[in-house]
Amino acid sequence: MSFIEKHAVLEKNLTLLFAASFVVVTIGGIVEIAPLFYLQNTIEKVEGMRPYSPLELAGRNIYVREGCYLCHSQMIRPFTDEVERYGHYSLAAESMYDHPFQWGSKRPGPDLARVGGRYSNEWHVEHLIHPQSVVPESVMPSYSFLATTELKVEDVQGHLIANRRVGVPYSDEMVENAEADLMDQANPDADWSGLEERYPKAVLGDFDGDPTKVTEMDALVSYLQMLGTLVDFSVYQPEENYR
Amino acid sequence: MNNSLGTALVGLGAFLSLLGAAFAQDAAFSTHAWVIFIVLAIATVVMLRNTKFSAAGNAPVDTSGYMDGVIRYGTVITLFWGIVGFLVGVVIASQLAWPELNIEPWFNFGRMRPLHTSAVIFAFGGNALLATSFYVVQRTTRARLFGGGLAWFVFWGYQLFIVMAATGYLLGITEGREYAEPEWYVDLWLTVVWVAYLIVFMGTIFKRKEPHIYVANWFYLAFIVTIAMLHIVNNLSMPVSLLGAKSYSAFSGVQDALTQWWYGHNAVGFFLTAGFLGMMYYFVPKQAGRPVYSYRLSIIHFWALIFLYIWAGPHHLHYTALPDWAQTLGMVFSIMLWMPSWGGMINGLMTLSGAWDKLRTDPILRMLVISVAFYGMSTFEGPMMSIKAVNSLSHYTDWTIGHVHSGALGWVGMISFGAIYYLTPKLWNRQRLYSLRLVNWHFWLATLGIVVYAAVMWVSGIMQGLMWREYDAQGYLVYSFAESIAAMHPYYVLRMFGGLLYLAGALVMAFNIYKTIRGDVRSEVPMGAEAEALAPAE
Repeated sequence: MSFIEKHAVLEKNLTLLFAASFVVVTIGGIVEIAPLFYLQNTIEKVEGMRPYSPLELAGRNIYVREGCYLCHSQMIRPFTDEVERYGHYSLAAESMYDHPFQWGSKRPGPDLARVGGRYSNEWHVEHLIHPQSVVPESVMPSYSFLATTELKVEDVQGHLIANRRVGVPYSDEMVENAEADLMDQANPDADWSGLEERYPKAVLGDFDGDPTKVTEMDALVSYLQMLGTLVDFSVYQPEENYR
Repeated sequence: MNNSLGTALVGLGAFLSLLGAAFAQDAAFSTHAWVIFIVLAIATVVMLRNTKFSAAGNAPVDTSGYMDGVIRYGTVITLFWGIVGFLVGVVIASQLAWPELNIEPWFNFGRMRPLHTSAVIFAFGGNALLATSFYVVQRTTRARLFGGGLAWFVFWGYQLFIVMAATGYLLGITEGREYAEPEWYVDLWLTVVWVAYLIVFMGTIFKRKEPHIYVANWFYLAFIVTIAMLHIVNNLSMPVSLLGAKSYSAFSGVQDALTQWWYGHNAVGFFLTAGFLGMMYYFVPKQAGRPVYSYRLSIIHFWALIFLYIWAGPHHLHYTALPDWAQTLGMVFSIMLWMPSWGGMINGLMTLSGAWDKLRTDPILRMLVISVAFYGMSTFEGPMMSIKAVNSLSHYTDWTIGHVHSGALGWVGMISFGAIYYLTPKLWNRQRLYSLRLVNWHFWLATLGIVVYAAVMWVSGIMQGLMWREYDAQGYLVYSFAESIAAMHPYYVLRMFGGLLYLAGALVMAFNIYKTIRGDVRSEVPMGAEAEALAPAE
């Protein structure tokens, strides 16, 4: 039986054609994706990584909502120029609590994987309100409404619990204190002792220059200011998790 | 037509969305539920007015012939969404050139860009696929669409999905995954619609009167099945509340990245390629009046294409935290993919053997042929860009954007235009199109637009990549990031101009199609006639 005659069997039987196509299109994905859930270098735990604080998470959700990932990557590649421009290349572990990942795909704006601590809060606020006032060449839109929109998160605990259900290790203590932590992080008069213990290295204090209320600007800047700061690269051993 | 059950269901949907609006967890969900309520309420009223409750309303509808009503709707809506998508594209291209054009918060680039990509891929491309697949499957099986009104459900359900997705983006409701931005409840709705689509399509083939399943239907089938798989896996997520818009993706970090690009690349591979190859295998032979060049090649083309495409996703993640072996695998398969892609191109182009002279007089065939040519070009460029060394330069730059557009505007756009030009006179029972000269205008406007767009993006993308990595003799980086942005400005303006030409072509088409549907015929010199007039006398 020739090749064409054999194939004619498929051409006359829809069920077979359907089943064969389905099997053929599943293979690649299974071979490539499934191992990522088991291989050491994609599930490594690196010292310093922790879940986002409630305020950072709210800021991250604003980052996603506004589509920042469409112009800013969060993935520094291991090239001299990128490392010099943006800092140490990104590790898999650094986005292990990112649901969804925000690596991005194009750069009409610079990479933000390690933007945390590079600029002052005042710079970020000014830049988000009127980007061209601090970077004249910028093509970024203005986000001034963030500074005037009060941060409203319905069911803060629910957000942490949803994250826990997909694998982010939020403890019961974190969930219980979620609502207080959300507001306290941007409040200069708050008692930060518990918050600092739960979320080490979280940037504390008022972000948007208006300590009387917590705005979406506070949340977004708190997120930007912690990006890429959790792993201490002076003690990180790349050989341990060579990829 | 009696559609009282459908009317009742749509009314129920309107009521449920009103409840959703009332009990919403967050403001975004509430606004979105209001939008859906208004759409469904209007639909209910329209359907009620068309429902006959008398016994006469139950008179049997003629179900003997082909079901073309839904295809007529699909043809018109394809054109409509196409123009919307191109227009938004021109707007966001202008926003990159002149950032003052952003209107916060709803019309900022970050919310408009998903609107553009979804409008062109899912609204324009998706409706073109729905309409043509319904047409092709009926003609090649000689059977009426399966499932009675189910095809109408697929059509209207899909439009509702588009409206929900589009309004969601502007409201800031997004999952933050490129080309899969709609939130969890919109994804669930699309899943329902898609399963209905599969049932209509497969059901029609099951009751076929031809023993053979024609090659175009293999591609449509693979497209429908694979998109279902990709859509479901990539959108797995955990909603914060069943009455809230926000959800968190099931996977995180590197696993999430590869799942997303496994989806993302195969949205290109199956939505924008396999489905449209189905179109090619029907409309090119029909318009050329020639059989498909090689039957054997189409078999190899089909299986190799659908097997290899799925592996290519990791080339979107070169030099990232994705393990090297996965990147290399993605690169190798992307390069292998070149072969079936060109196999398909050759099969399409060589179908014209013996009919090449028709290109001179038939602008519709010209459109179909150039779309296959652009397919060949972008499926050569793609594998080249997936080579890691090339990708280290091209990734994150506008080169990628240019590549996508030569495929999307050139291949997807042109073959859809060609198919619509072919279909319109047949569906409305017109003698011919209103004007073939206008098709020729459309052809040149669109081609010129693509050439401008792609050439500009090559230059700007490569320039951008080179500026980022340029060192001077002392070992310092030469350019700041801001300088690379400033250098892009003239190219952003030119790119917008290229898009504008393409949009202008689509508007010419809309006019031509409108006149054709009205039944007008322009009296004009036939295409190619002046060339004959210029021929020397014997």
